[in-house]
Amino acid sequence: MYSERKNIFKIDWTLVLVYIFLVGFGLANILSSSISGENISLFDFNALYGKQFIFILSSLLVIIITLTIEVKFYERFSSIFYLVCIFFVLGLFIFGKEVNGALSWYSFNNLTIQPSEFMKVGTALAISKFISDIQINMKKLSDQLKLLLIIILPLMLIILQNDTGTSIVFFSLFFVLYREGISQIYLLIAFIILSVSILTIKTSISTAILLSLIIILLNYLYKKKKSRRFMNSSMIFLFCIFISFLTDYSYKNILKTHQRNYISVWLNLEKDPIRIKQMKRTILYNLNESEKAISSGGFTGKGYLEGTRTIGNFVPEQHSDYIFSTIGEEWGFVGSSFIIILYIILILRIVALSELQKNNFSRIYGYSVASIIFIHFMINIGMVLGLTPTIGIPLPFLSYGGSSLLAFTLLLFIFIRLDANRINEW
Amino acid sequence: MRKSLFPIIVFAAGIIFIIRLFYLQIYSSENYDIYEDNAIRKVFSYPKRGYVYDRNNILLVSNQPSYDVMIIPREVKEIDTLEFCSLLKISKEYLIDKYIKTSKYSTRIPSVFLAHLSKEDYGYLSEKIRKYKGFYIQKRNLREYNTRIGANVLGYVAEVNRKNILNDDYYIKGDIIGKQGVEKSYEKYLRGIKGTEFIQKDRFNRDIGKYKDGVLDIPSISGKDLTITIDSKLQEYGEILMKNKKGAIVAIEPNSGEILSLVSSPSYNPNLLVGRERSKNYFELYKDSIYRPLIDKSLLSMFPPGSPFKILVGLTALQEEIITEKSTIYCKGYYIYGKEKRKINCHCGGGYRNIYNAISLSCNSYFADTYRKTINSQNNTKENFDNWSNHIKSFGLGNYLNNDLPIGKKGVIPDSEYYDRWYPDFKWGATTTISNSIGQGEILTTPIQLANMTAAVANEGYYYIPHIIKKIDGDTIDVRFKTPIKTSIDGTHFKTMNKALYRVFKSGTGKLLNVPGIEICGKSGTVENFTKINGIKTQLSDHSIFIAYAPKENPTIAISVLVENAGYGSVWAGRIASLMIEKYINDNISLKKMEKIVLNKNLEKEYLKPYLSKSFNINE
Repeated sequence: MYSERKNIFKIDWTLVLVYIFLVGFGLANILSSSISGENISLFDFNALYGKQFIFILSSLLVIIITLTIEVKFYERFSSIFYLVCIFFVLGLFIFGKEVNGALSWYSFNNLTIQPSEFMKVGTALAISKFISDIQINMKKLSDQLKLLLIIILPLMLIILQNDTGTSIVFFSLFFVLYREGISQIYLLIAFIILSVSILTIKTSISTAILLSLIIILLNYLYKKKKSRRFMNSSMIFLFCIFISFLTDYSYKNILKTHQRNYISVWLNLEKDPIRIKQMKRTILYNLNESEKAISSGGFTGKGYLEGTRTIGNFVPEQHSDYIFSTIGEEWGFVGSSFIIILYIILILRIVALSELQKNNFSRIYGYSVASIIFIHFMINIGMVLGLTPTIGIPLPFLSYGGSSLLAFTLLLFIFIRLDANRINEW
Repeated sequence: MRKSLFPIIVFAAGIIFIIRLFYLQIYSSENYDIYEDNAIRKVFSYPKRGYVYDRNNILLVSNQPSYDVMIIPREVKEIDTLEFCSLLKISKEYLIDKYIKTSKYSTRIPSVFLAHLSKEDYGYLSEKIRKYKGFYIQKRNLREYNTRIGANVLGYVAEVNRKNILNDDYYIKGDIIGKQGVEKSYEKYLRGIKGTEFIQKDRFNRDIGKYKDGVLDIPSISGKDLTITIDSKLQEYGEILMKNKKGAIVAIEPNSGEILSLVSSPSYNPNLLVGRERSKNYFELYKDSIYRPLIDKSLLSMFPPGSPFKILVGLTALQEEIITEKSTIYCKGYYIYGKEKRKINCHCGGGYRNIYNAISLSCNSYFADTYRKTINSQNNTKENFDNWSNHIKSFGLGNYLNNDLPIGKKGVIPDSEYYDRWYPDFKWGATTTISNSIGQGEILTTPIQLANMTAAVANEGYYYIPHIIKKIDGDTIDVRFKTPIKTSIDGTHFKTMNKALYRVFKSGTGKLLNVPGIEICGKSGTVENFTKINGIKTQLSDHSIFIAYAPKENPTIAISVLVENAGYGSVWAGRIASLMIEKYINDNISLKKMEKIVLNKNLEKEYLKPYLSKSFNINE
């Protein structure tokens, strides 16, 4: 018991330092993107940066609590934490407040909380607990279905609350499942779904089907293993046809106009220059302005608090989802590349530490943390740089927002706490 | 594989992002240029435009404040339209019309609602306008002409056009640029350099404050004041003498090339092209196709010089030793030339003629003969003709003067190539081109060229490029105006010519034009001219031309006068030349009677003749 307490200070300082840097840098950029020439006071709690400062102080409290709690607590209470989160997400249907069309907020006076942010932590804990159970066999279909249910339940709830962006994050847990030995076939299926659906939207159903037929035929002819090869190949082909039609149908009938537009912009489908010009002023406005702001930063940037497009508030949401455009403008290529490298270090460090865990629960949880941070990082920066479709999710630790910051802090520091206890595990 | 897939994807994403950043921030990003940044509004502050003084330091052009009522349509609140309209002295229709038009342009950006308030209106309005939201008064600088004369010399300013902006990136839409005269020639000095303020905008295009607290702002630099060579009193007198007559007077100070007056008649009051009525007035002036007041006739009118050209024919012959001052011919009252025995009439009265009385009596026969000999000597017509042509051109004729006036005409002094083109299959010679000898034919000159030629004769062999600039505040004037240009005629021949031209006033065509106390040299000219009426070449009354310089020793003024369709050179142009000389040298007029005759002369009937669509007589 004594030795375990001592290990509180054996925390991984690399992660902590990267965390501190990102949060501090985030605050500095939120300040830059939300002031307009007035006096700066961190304790101006009406300003966004003042609020973010309070969130950071609250995070400190979360960190202290997280690091002092007994390690076994997390494993034991993970299911309960998950259920509590589900409960709060469900509660939104009755007590929730709609913001920008998404029903994802509780609101008390000035304080708003987004439970779906904490749902990520809950789900990560829950699947870690589930998979690490000795009874569970990842190869067994019934266990796979149970696991799927844990992930799908919050995902569906959040989709129903019209917060598609946040729901996509749960797909990242596939990386965890793959690492933990789920069948290769799922990887193949995921690959087929992604490529066939993109191909269908970009070209047409017939092209997509034809192309998959050719690839499957080639594969069929050169496959060495003769058994069941005909059966397998035709199954895959039928699956491709099914996906292609499904994609086409959903794209045309289920997706909302703005979602369809984002995809059409992302895949470069729109060729009419007048329509593109029109889009640049409407749905592409954010993307267009953020690219211009980043581009205007050049190699070294315009300097802190000197970004003309940031000061002019040209990019809407530049303090939250589009914070990276402020970084790009004021810190230039040097600053923004540095931040990207920092994220890569953070994620890969978590993965590396996870692999060192002797306890399965810690390892799986570590993987979940890395996956969740990575999907946020990829979608957010990809969106700001115009590489991925516009999906509004925050950049971990940097973007403005209390729920997001507290949830990511909790997510990361539970892992740091678990990792600090590595030495005591057998 | 299972362990490495995720790290590989993470790493790949990072690499792709950095490549994308490289593309956005380094590859496709130009160097940051604040002038290209549309998040920064560039507001220009306009400096004072330079003043213009005459040679006696009389202020001619300055600036006056002008006040515009501006409107920002979306800030306009409900107003008492009746009160507002009576306050601004506008109709309700104007208010509504203007409101709709400016709103269409932009509801956020200020537009001019009512331009050029008078100073009185401004004083009254500046208090009251605050009541009306969305309206405010903006000050601008306009030109103020403290004189009614010299419109053609002073020029005017106007808003830049598309071409100006394309040619010089200093200018932006709405800037003011000199369009004529001194305002155009010395635009770069007068305008100064505008300053720039950088204002931070937000995405709604609203100003949110000075960019970097204004450390990058550039202050404006005032325009430089100019002193021009014009003597405004002489210019004014010239314009008065030319009232009701079309034509030009150019007076030059021979020993400096400074233009003392540059009268183009009819002219207009320069103040007409300032302020609210500007475009209306401009159009009125522009559409007057009979008098064409916007055309500077002193620089642009090309006409055959007539008899004053005999001076150059004589000087060339003296230089080429075709004649001496003793050479004599007998004039029978006409001159027969060529195989077809064609005839030039002469009005000198007939008799023995040498260079002196040939000039003073303007003998056509003498100069036709001299010209023929010049061109035909030693049988090499082309070479002789080009030689002759070059002598003439050395007086600044047949080409631009390269001076500091923004407009001009080359005129025509033909050379052998010119006639080869004209007569490709015909051996042309002196007799073909005999009209040149008396300044008719193909020769064309402008009033300023004639005045410059006179200055060269007065200087006995050289001239300074006639120019309008005397002094630029804190700067020097172009060295080319300080460098004498030599003619190709030796000095001694000018002594002869000087005597001959003096005799014009003693016993020749100018003997009625003498000014008491001033020895004048000069030469009259009466020039046939033609126009086309309904496609038919029709002769009009002769142009009256006179050139003169005075005093005979150390001349201080050289002058050329053109009065269109006025008849004999010595009658109208001669009188005006004498009056101008007296005005300039003595500063008062003793020839009161002559002055009165000139002032009363009205040539309106003459100018209307070609437009009345009925036949008319000329030279009545």
